[in-house]
Amino acid sequence: MNQHENAHADKSVDTLTTDTATRRDFLKAGAVVAGATLAPGVLFYGVAHSRPAEEPASKAVRWGMLINTQKCGDGCKSCVTACNEENGLSGKTGPQDSQWIRKVDIRNLQTGAHHELPMLCQHCENPPCVDVCPTGASMKRADGIVLVDRHICIGCRYCMMACPYKARSLVHEPLTEQKPDVPRGMGCVEACTFCVQRVDRDEAPACVDACTQAGHNAMLFGNLNDAEGPIAKALKSMASTEVRADLNLNTGVRYQGI
Amino acid sequence: MNIAFREIQAKQGYWLTMLVLGALAGAGVLSALYMEHHGHIVTGMTNQIVWGLPHVFAVFLIVAASGALNVASIATVFGKTLYKPLNRLSALMALTFLAGGLMALVLDLGRADRLVVAMTQYNFKSIFAWNVILYNGFFAIVIAYLWTMMDRKGSPWYKTVGTFAFVWRLILTTGTGSIFGFLVAREAYDAALLAPMFIIFSFNYGLALFLLILMGLYKGDNRPLGDKLVNRLRSLLGTFVAASLYFTLVYHLTNLYFTKHHGLEAFLLLEGGIHTQMFWLGQVLIGYVVPMAILFNPATNGRGWTVIAAVAAVLGGLAQMWVTIIGGQAYPMDMFPGYAVTSGFYDGVVNAYSPALVEILLGIGGVATAVLLTVGASKVLRFMPERLDDETLVALHGKH
Repeated sequence: MNQHENAHADKSVDTLTTDTATRRDFLKAGAVVAGATLAPGVLFYGVAHSRPAEEPASKAVRWGMLINTQKCGDGCKSCVTACNEENGLSGKTGPQDSQWIRKVDIRNLQTGAHHELPMLCQHCENPPCVDVCPTGASMKRADGIVLVDRHICIGCRYCMMACPYKARSLVHEPLTEQKPDVPRGMGCVEACTFCVQRVDRDEAPACVDACTQAGHNAMLFGNLNDAEGPIAKALKSMASTEVRADLNLNTGVRYQGI
Repeated sequence: MNIAFREIQAKQGYWLTMLVLGALAGAGVLSALYMEHHGHIVTGMTNQIVWGLPHVFAVFLIVAASGALNVASIATVFGKTLYKPLNRLSALMALTFLAGGLMALVLDLGRADRLVVAMTQYNFKSIFAWNVILYNGFFAIVIAYLWTMMDRKGSPWYKTVGTFAFVWRLILTTGTGSIFGFLVAREAYDAALLAPMFIIFSFNYGLALFLLILMGLYKGDNRPLGDKLVNRLRSLLGTFVAASLYFTLVYHLTNLYFTKHHGLEAFLLLEGGIHTQMFWLGQVLIGYVVPMAILFNPATNGRGWTVIAAVAAVLGGLAQMWVTIIGGQAYPMDMFPGYAVTSGFYDGVVNAYSPALVEILLGIGGVATAVLLTVGASKVLRFMPERLDDETLVALHGKH
């Protein structure tokens, strides 16, 4: 190649470089604009796996909870308060009042060992409440969350007879000032929903967030089917217990330390 | 010789009875409306004792209804023609007592207005859903059975329909017992024995009520009712009461054998307060000992004694339902075996229950409705033989 050709080539290269830079700048600018417009949605979907309202819950997910009773204690009731606040429960504790989550104290009769733990709907894989419900109002969502369809619950309370965890309550009196995304109704049975309204927005249940904020970190929520997720890893690496394991219900809520 | 069936006469006593029963049934309905308006907060039922007195009455009546059909089944299926004159009243009571029981049951629902949902949406794994079908089917089959008894056109199917009704009623009571038998969570339930035990209970309660209604209607309408028939029914009731005691004994002996049920048995038999009293005084003493002492003793053979025995069997039946339904829920669920449990949601404690007036009225309203329908129907249609004195029965069946 002669010098001219070289010079030409250089020029060409320069020219090419200049052109490319211009195009690159344009693309970059475009990407920034597009990114600014689309990013929230893309990120929300990509990172957090939220799903649009019209898309049904997926079987690929099974929501579960791991509760470390060693970290739960001091009479802390943050989870209970947060649940009441989130779901619009009165917080009253009379025999006819609804409680979706409660703190339970257990003391070993032989050794005196003492534990505190939150008790809530255990979101069983084979829920007795769903088995006995005559109308199908008690149902399990594809992602394992056990719910009551408030439209077809007739208030027979057979599910309350069947639940081994006393997790369910009947709404005994008229309700006012309900939360818009937590429908409840007098005469219907209700229980912990794993804060399904939050889960569908890709947030953890209110009790779990409250436990973390209180500094206890005793409650871990996540997808049991995600082998790489924190809950599945934790369950794989340490011993955990199902309450009433003898019933073989495969509960979604597991306990450590009891 | 054919037996003549006649409607009962509308005398002063009839109207007075209907008035009292109507008032009680009305009070039951008003109580239900009050509960419907204010919610279950006005009852004694809670999130711990979720089924209360309305269920005690409702399940008792439903079980008794299937048992009331027994008299007809003995005539139709087992060919004991002595009982055939009674089969219309027997079938009628099966219908009316089921209606009274279901009234108490459905009016207690948290959303009684959604009854149509219960009739149209079925979860076939639920024994409750099956019971909806069994109860509705029972109405249809027993009405058909009555038609084969009361209409010549139906008589060719009398035996077939009667046999079908008998089988259906056994399945129905199996379903009612299984409401509790299929509950795995609570220690007092979760037992296959509950289904056959409820069938035996139904024989007992149904026959006791049948005897009372039979004697009441015949006395009220001044019709002759001989000892021959009443004494047969007396012995039969004695046998059913003894069988009920046997099943109760087996149920508790089995629980007493299993260490894990010792707490429950200590509660029911010794420490359970009102529930223990209901068991020993209500179910065992009034429900079993008193009726057997009367029914198996030739010296207490009079009509008055028979009434006392039958009333005792009925009261014992209600006490049994109390022990089974309320006692079974009052005993705390053993969520953490080997641990003492406390919480702000009544875990680990014996659950208190005191029924409110509305519940009592709803339960009694169910009983009143059942009797009201029975007496009312006997006035409208020919359910009762004109005479059942010993001479008539001997003429019909010979001396045996």
